[in-house]
Amino acid sequence: MELLLVSVAVLVGSGLLSLAVGRAPRPSSWVGAGGVLAAAAIGLSPVYRVLATGEPALDMPIAWAIPTGSFTVGLDVLSAWFLVPVLIIPPLAAVFGCEYLQAYAPRKSLGASWFFYNLVVAGMIVVTIAREGLLFLIAWEVMALASYFLVVFEHEREEVRQAGWTYLVASHLGTAFLLALFVLLGTGSGSLEFAEGAEGPTGITRRLADAYRDSPHALDVIFVLAVVGFGTKAGFMPFHVWLPEAYPAAIGHSPAVLSGVMSKMGIYGLVRILSLFTGIEGFRPPNWWAWLLIAIGMLSGIAGILSAISQRHLRRILAYSSIENMGIIAIGLGTALLGLSSKSFSAMAVFGFAGALLHVLNHSLFKGLLFLGAGAVEQSAGTGNINLLGGLLKQLPAVGIPFIAGSVAIAGLPPFNGFVSEFLIYRTALGEEVLLGGVSAVAALSGIAALTLIGGFAAVCFTMVVGIAFLGQPRSEQAASVKPVAPLMQAPLWLLAAACLAAGMFSPQIMTVLAPVVTSVTHMKSADVGRYLVSGTNPTPARELLEGVVTATGCLIALAIVLAVVRWRLLKGREVAESGTWGCGFYKPEASMQYTGSSFAQPLVDLVRPLLRTRKHIVRPRGLFAHAALLWTATPDMNRELIYAPIFRGIGNLISRLRWLQHGRLHLYVLYVAITIVVLLFWSFGRR
Amino acid sequence: MNPYSLLNLLLALACAPFLLTVINRTKAFFAGRQGPMWFQPYYDLWKLLHKGAVYSRTTTWVFRAGPIVGLAAVLMALTLVPIGDVDAPLSFQGDVILFAYLLGLMRFFTVLAALDTGSSFEGMGASREVLYSALAEPALILGLASVARETSRLSISEMQEAVTGTLWLQSGMVLAAVTAALVVVFLTENARIPVDDPNTHLELTMIHEVMVLDHGGPDLAFILYGAALKLWVLGCLIVGMVLPHRLLGASFFSGALSIVAELAGLVVLAVIVGAIESTMARLRLVRIPQLLVGAGALSALSLVLGRWVGG
Repeated sequence: MELLLVSVAVLVGSGLLSLAVGRAPRPSSWVGAGGVLAAAAIGLSPVYRVLATGEPALDMPIAWAIPTGSFTVGLDVLSAWFLVPVLIIPPLAAVFGCEYLQAYAPRKSLGASWFFYNLVVAGMIVVTIAREGLLFLIAWEVMALASYFLVVFEHEREEVRQAGWTYLVASHLGTAFLLALFVLLGTGSGSLEFAEGAEGPTGITRRLADAYRDSPHALDVIFVLAVVGFGTKAGFMPFHVWLPEAYPAAIGHSPAVLSGVMSKMGIYGLVRILSLFTGIEGFRPPNWWAWLLIAIGMLSGIAGILSAISQRHLRRILAYSSIENMGIIAIGLGTALLGLSSKSFSAMAVFGFAGALLHVLNHSLFKGLLFLGAGAVEQSAGTGNINLLGGLLKQLPAVGIPFIAGSVAIAGLPPFNGFVSEFLIYRTALGEEVLLGGVSAVAALSGIAALTLIGGFAAVCFTMVVGIAFLGQPRSEQAASVKPVAPLMQAPLWLLAAACLAAGMFSPQIMTVLAPVVTSVTHMKSADVGRYLVSGTNPTPARELLEGVVTATGCLIALAIVLAVVRWRLLKGREVAESGTWGCGFYKPEASMQYTGSSFAQPLVDLVRPLLRTRKHIVRPRGLFAHAALLWTATPDMNRELIYAPIFRGIGNLISRLRWLQHGRLHLYVLYVAITIVVLLFWSFGRR
Repeated sequence: MNPYSLLNLLLALACAPFLLTVINRTKAFFAGRQGPMWFQPYYDLWKLLHKGAVYSRTTTWVFRAGPIVGLAAVLMALTLVPIGDVDAPLSFQGDVILFAYLLGLMRFFTVLAALDTGSSFEGMGASREVLYSALAEPALILGLASVARETSRLSISEMQEAVTGTLWLQSGMVLAAVTAALVVVFLTENARIPVDDPNTHLELTMIHEVMVLDHGGPDLAFILYGAALKLWVLGCLIVGMVLPHRLLGASFFSGALSIVAELAGLVVLAVIVGAIESTMARLRLVRIPQLLVGAGALSALSLVLGRWVGG
């Protein structure tokens, strides 16, 4: 436990030091990245201990009295589970960024970037271990503000500033909901502590239990606030508008951390609140909670991946695909809530949380990998527009191979890890509980229908990304002559790709680790959870199911190797010639004749045009001597256009009516201040 | 493991290309032609396996890996599907999902291999293939989910075992709707009319065939053999769902009978495919999504018709 605080201190210290030596690009990067690596190494040992034993480390009040109690930190299995991505992705991304940022060295001070990077990581660690509302919010704010500065690293560019602004506003709107959430949680108890001591629930938990006893609907508002507030950070649709702006604006290694890890903090918050609820004696979530989460999941998943397909910019595609994956997690959490709603469905709750929590880890691995890969591609090719790329696998095999592995993983295909967590969520929604019936079956089965569509569309999306950007021939000058990628930037990609495969192949073992985590979230008996996840007979425990999956995928890999050997033996000694791609008799094909991302996605984008509102501008060739023709398409974010733009315009109009107050006369402003103070004085006297 | 369980694997490995002959001879019958020899697909494979290869200079290892991963994935899918009363060698709760995703893996790599050539023909085929199979996915999984609910089982082997005559009497509507949806999936996944035309090489309208234009020699043999196995394995899924099992109790005789019945069912399915191809035109491309969404709706309907409405 103390070691985690040490690692936070190391992060902040190295960040400051890096800031101090910011003028020297190399040393400041070494200090910054070294700090992250050291902090991760220090922090992983308590996390490992907690996860291996399944026993929480004791809560530790820091003797710093504040009006609402005292800052308390603690490390339980749930925190430890979410700390795994926090302590794995950022150091790998930092190693990558160490090299990546050197390209900016002549123009920029790298110290500031490292300072904020380390601050984001420190903020995330404190968010997961905070056991007190105020501390949680402070850490949350530090994380959000520091990440804003990561987003606007290239602040000279207008669109980056715009994206940063969107992010800042959205992030604070989300925090506003969280503020309301914690105010509600704190009312009546006088303390914002949500630790679970040995002697039973304290602070918020006790107060929640009282409220729930008085009225079962008392928790509804809290739940909705949590979904909106934390969902904004996670990127649930329709609270996601900042995300497709911010991730493409941030450079290099930052989006890997923002999407791979920081968005998971939203999921952490939601799950933490749910775990407070399940601690209440006799708690059963109403059905509509599950419906709400599943509906959000379906919307995020399907609309997210469709939006991804309609984009051309590599990191924007990945950003939308993050929304899709958050949708998958939401579907998992929703079905888990469905399971909590009745005692006989407890297996479903266990499977649902296990699937969702596993997907949190998996997504951070492959999304971290893909964003780093995208960063490497953009730096060496000079563009992230897939329609200008092509043939990169030949030029950058060390980036291309892990990127393809990550794409297979994110498309949810065996033998990688993406399949395993989706499999568990499928199992949840297809479990015996659902098969037996009830209206809740409809919710679960809608979730399944959405998952199948998401799976199919994810395959469309990532065959497009890989096929257009990495395969075929270069579609532009830039793509034809890419700069080499430094070995330090390649190594994290390979490590993450190996982690994706390992998380898939060792998924049965992960179930054992996950069992205490699910126990702490559901507050079920650990024997019950163990029966569903690790060893039991009916229903077949997750571990056994995954052993079946792993057997099959292991055989798959072996078979592929055997077939590769067979093919090699067959071709040995025979004539293997090279030639051009067959062009149906056309002998001089040009790179520009290839399919592009736009043309690849066109049938699907046209099909869902009413949903995505893709804009098309066509200038057709006219006349006998036709001039140049033109086709231009763009798919702006539909929620931004349809929901947020009108709302913000409305607010702007409303507020502009008050503009007469803002006249620039200083003495009148002083009068405002005086009037405010007088009013406050009366108000405070009036209360006594 | 039951040694008989390898039966389907061996039968499929040996007989899958025969289904192609059955389809082609049916088509020949409708057209008044004589049709190919019975062993024609085998001769083709033999010939291809003995050839060298020509690779496009544009391609990378992905192009060479495509046929290998595809064949490996369909072979694994085959180990999940039983024949008759004999369980599959590999079966666990939820293997239906793995089955669907193995076919997804096969498609993923076939599509990547097609895009690797940089040919716009193959890009066109790839683009259509991913779209149509994405739309066919809900029909497949929801259909299987519906059967899973009727039988309260989640593994293909147990599901098929539980499809008995009694179940057909109880919920024949559901099973019929699922079967219809699965037949559409079968035709889509195997690139058959009305979705795709396996005969029109080099037409702009085709989907699957165009993706493998640049493959030759052993690679093409792998692809053709994989396609035959896919035909077999999806056929087994449908026939196994339609045929009621355990009519005569569990005995060696009934087991043998069930296998013969399933093989006969596969031949009938192949004849039906041939008949459809002889009597129908390929749908226009814009119509195909409607067909697939229709199949998905049918699967969803089968879920609605299912048990929880009645009881």
